[in-house]
Amino acid sequence: MLDITPKEIKPRTALRINPAKTCQPIGAMYAALGIHGCLPHSHGSQGCCSYHRMHLTRHFKEPVMASTSSFTEGSSVFGGLANLSQAINTIFTVYNPEVIAVHTTCLSEVIGDDIPNIIAKAVSEGTVPEGKFVFHANTPSFAGSHMTGFSSMVRAMVHYFSEKTGAESGQVNIIPGFVNPADMREIKRIASEMGVPALLFPDTSDVLDTPLTGKYDFYPPGGVTIKQLRTTGDSLRTLALGPFASEAAGAYLDEKCDVPCDILDLPIGIAATDRFVHALKNVAAQDVPASINYDRGRLIDVMNDMHRYTHGLKVAVFGDPDHVTSMVEFLLDLNMKPVHVVTGTPGNRFERRMTEILEGRLPDSNFSANADLFLLHQWIKNEPVDLLIGNTYGKYIARAEDLPFVRFGFPTLDRIGHQFKPHVGYTGALHLLESILNAIMDRQDRDATDETLELVM
Amino acid sequence: MEQLLAQRENQVTTVGDASFKIDCEKASLSGSVSQRACVFCGSRVVLYPIADAVHLVHGPIGCASYTWDIRGALSSGPELHRLSFSTDLKERDVIFGGEKPLERSLEELIEKYAPSAAFVYSTCIVGLIGDDVEAVCRKVAAKYEIPVIPVHSEGFKGTKRDGYKAACDALFKLIGTLPADDVPKRSLNILGDFNLAGEIWIIKDYYEKMGIHVQASITGDGRIADIRRAHGAALNVVQCSGSTMYLAKEMKEKYGIPFRRVSYFGIEDMSDALYDVAKFFKDPEIMRKATDLVSREVREIYPKLMHYRQALEGKTAAVYVGGAFKAFSLVKALRTIGMEVVMVGSQTGNAEDYQQLRDICKPGTIIADDSNPLELSSFLKQKDIDLLIGGVKERPIAYKLGVGFCDHNHERKRALEGFVGMLNFAEEVYSSVMSPVWQFAPRRERRTVAEARQ
Repeated sequence: MLDITPKEIKPRTALRINPAKTCQPIGAMYAALGIHGCLPHSHGSQGCCSYHRMHLTRHFKEPVMASTSSFTEGSSVFGGLANLSQAINTIFTVYNPEVIAVHTTCLSEVIGDDIPNIIAKAVSEGTVPEGKFVFHANTPSFAGSHMTGFSSMVRAMVHYFSEKTGAESGQVNIIPGFVNPADMREIKRIASEMGVPALLFPDTSDVLDTPLTGKYDFYPPGGVTIKQLRTTGDSLRTLALGPFASEAAGAYLDEKCDVPCDILDLPIGIAATDRFVHALKNVAAQDVPASINYDRGRLIDVMNDMHRYTHGLKVAVFGDPDHVTSMVEFLLDLNMKPVHVVTGTPGNRFERRMTEILEGRLPDSNFSANADLFLLHQWIKNEPVDLLIGNTYGKYIARAEDLPFVRFGFPTLDRIGHQFKPHVGYTGALHLLESILNAIMDRQDRDATDETLELVM
Repeated sequence: MEQLLAQRENQVTTVGDASFKIDCEKASLSGSVSQRACVFCGSRVVLYPIADAVHLVHGPIGCASYTWDIRGALSSGPELHRLSFSTDLKERDVIFGGEKPLERSLEELIEKYAPSAAFVYSTCIVGLIGDDVEAVCRKVAAKYEIPVIPVHSEGFKGTKRDGYKAACDALFKLIGTLPADDVPKRSLNILGDFNLAGEIWIIKDYYEKMGIHVQASITGDGRIADIRRAHGAALNVVQCSGSTMYLAKEMKEKYGIPFRRVSYFGIEDMSDALYDVAKFFKDPEIMRKATDLVSREVREIYPKLMHYRQALEGKTAAVYVGGAFKAFSLVKALRTIGMEVVMVGSQTGNAEDYQQLRDICKPGTIIADDSNPLELSSFLKQKDIDLLIGGVKERPIAYKLGVGFCDHNHERKRALEGFVGMLNFAEEVYSSVMSPVWQFAPRRERRTVAEARQ
């Protein structure tokens, strides 16, 4: 039997069961893929790189390229200097990227490799061709989560590339957070509709959602260029979406180049999108265009048309902290009750934000950072819910408890849709609402008796 | 081929070249986009299908997350192996050591699930911080009176093959720890089959129909008690020899159990697997049953196979798999349905494997060890290949190029072993190679137009 989770909750002191997070390097690899012509490089054992590529491929159904230092017993004793130096040479000779984004692993962190020094040495020895770059982020797997790794890699982009030249720029930086390519595309569309000249970084649209053309592009057409990254230091402002993924880079850009930064929740759901649109409106100093207002109106229309189906339902939500925060707020706006909320990523900030959002609306809700799906399952056994929302790993709980289940977040390994349907913005909220309603209605149909089966819903 | 790494020149060769020589069993070049994995990965895949044990990954969370239920290794009973357990080591554990969290995790796990045994996988940093995993395992084993077995799978300590060996060492510690006097004389153990999509059930059924008892299907739908008594069997049959040959050799040395290397893919190899076992038992009755079984099964699938062959005749295939032994079977199985392999490679083949591949492949066939996506894609284009057989990371590359694909790895969704598996395989190949979608994919579109002009 697959359901062997006991109902009784006993404190655990060390054991992690069914994690709701993974390690830093995969987040760094994903962020780096949002730079044009970039080859992410994993400074560690071969397995790390292989697992990350496999995991990302399973989520995006796309080729994912990254290289590895291929650590061996020798490098763990003598340090990874030789491996990384050789790697940089091999990569530029064979794979010829514009830029190499090095991230560390638990192994190279414990060994204590001095990456900036190794990179500087490669540059001074002429291993890095003219006009090409190597940069790095420290991403120890034993701290934080994949969110931390993403955040650190984006911060490294600022650290290595952002410049303040004093040039006039009407540009606004948007750091989109750990979201799918379809979301990045949608964020750009919204900014463009709002008349805001936005520069998104990283940007994985047209990198991890490429068409089948009969041609295999080792470096797909999308991604922010290094030239563009340089200009981020002259931008008017930065909108950092999702504090866990984007604050570090946004705040650092403010510190380094005096670009003021607004830290916003991920624009998932109506209220968070309102705040995002409001922030764009402030920058653009012009009214919200009719097209965006219509998007919003259509969303409210469906929320209202279907409120009978969402009203009062209890929901369990889990996933990455930025996603979950906004989702919980959206569920409250749908008059649903997010009674159990879990993220695997550690951080008091998540719990503080949850308290803020839930206070006065659903103060008795269970929520926890640094938790796992085993705990979530136990909570559900103790207080059952009507709906589960989260990534693919929720399917064991959904099956055990016979719950309607909406896939949301990373990774989604077993459904299609996230590759091309955004979850951000008003349109994204409409997609999410559609998934939620269809799951609930499918369940109602399944459970209906012959006499209660309804044609019109 | 301009993209071939100079340093990799000797790891790629062509059948028919005057001096056929291939370098293999080498560490990958630093900086390559290798399709290979690590020691931990090798151990994890071999032991993973033991369903009534807990598999505790000792390290930071990633290694446990990425290997959570990713292989469809089915169990006919317990499902413990499908949960993900980790000590989730943090910074302070790296500084102060992970022994205490390991011990507490094991205690919590065993008290919660009462497993038949526990495997503890060491990951990279455990090797560096120097935890005495052996000592913790001994202590916990004594306390709960179950086997608690350390698996020395630190990722950097070699290649995936070394991980297989670490897993075999762990298994070898289990074998012989329960009395096996009552194991029937006509019995065997199945090694190196992972019961993906329920394949081992097909094979077990064949052996049982021949009158042979299967004592332990060690690495597929495995059970601790069966494995502990595996030394009572008369024979070991070893598939995926890369992963479990060590174990077979160790068992031969210590318990005198002979082994046969087999493959369950394709009509020829599947039949041979049964005949070899029948010959071993030197019983005409068993041989008669084997012959009957083979002719019955082949009669059943052959006409259907020929239907696929008609469509697939003359198409070409590339094979890129983990272990080279599987590649032999695939070359033959593809011939059965009219397809020729024109490129073949593996992540971990050895010199003997590649020599054998050379003998069965046609002149002009490219043979590559530890290939990478750039090479693979250039082979696919160069040879105008219709089908790639590979794993997760190769699939999207093939598809982008307009090349059909068959997963012969973790992500197979249907049984590909046995006679029925051969039919499933033909159908999978057919469905991808002949898919109507290719008429809309530019590269194939051009070819279709060119063919029409001729």
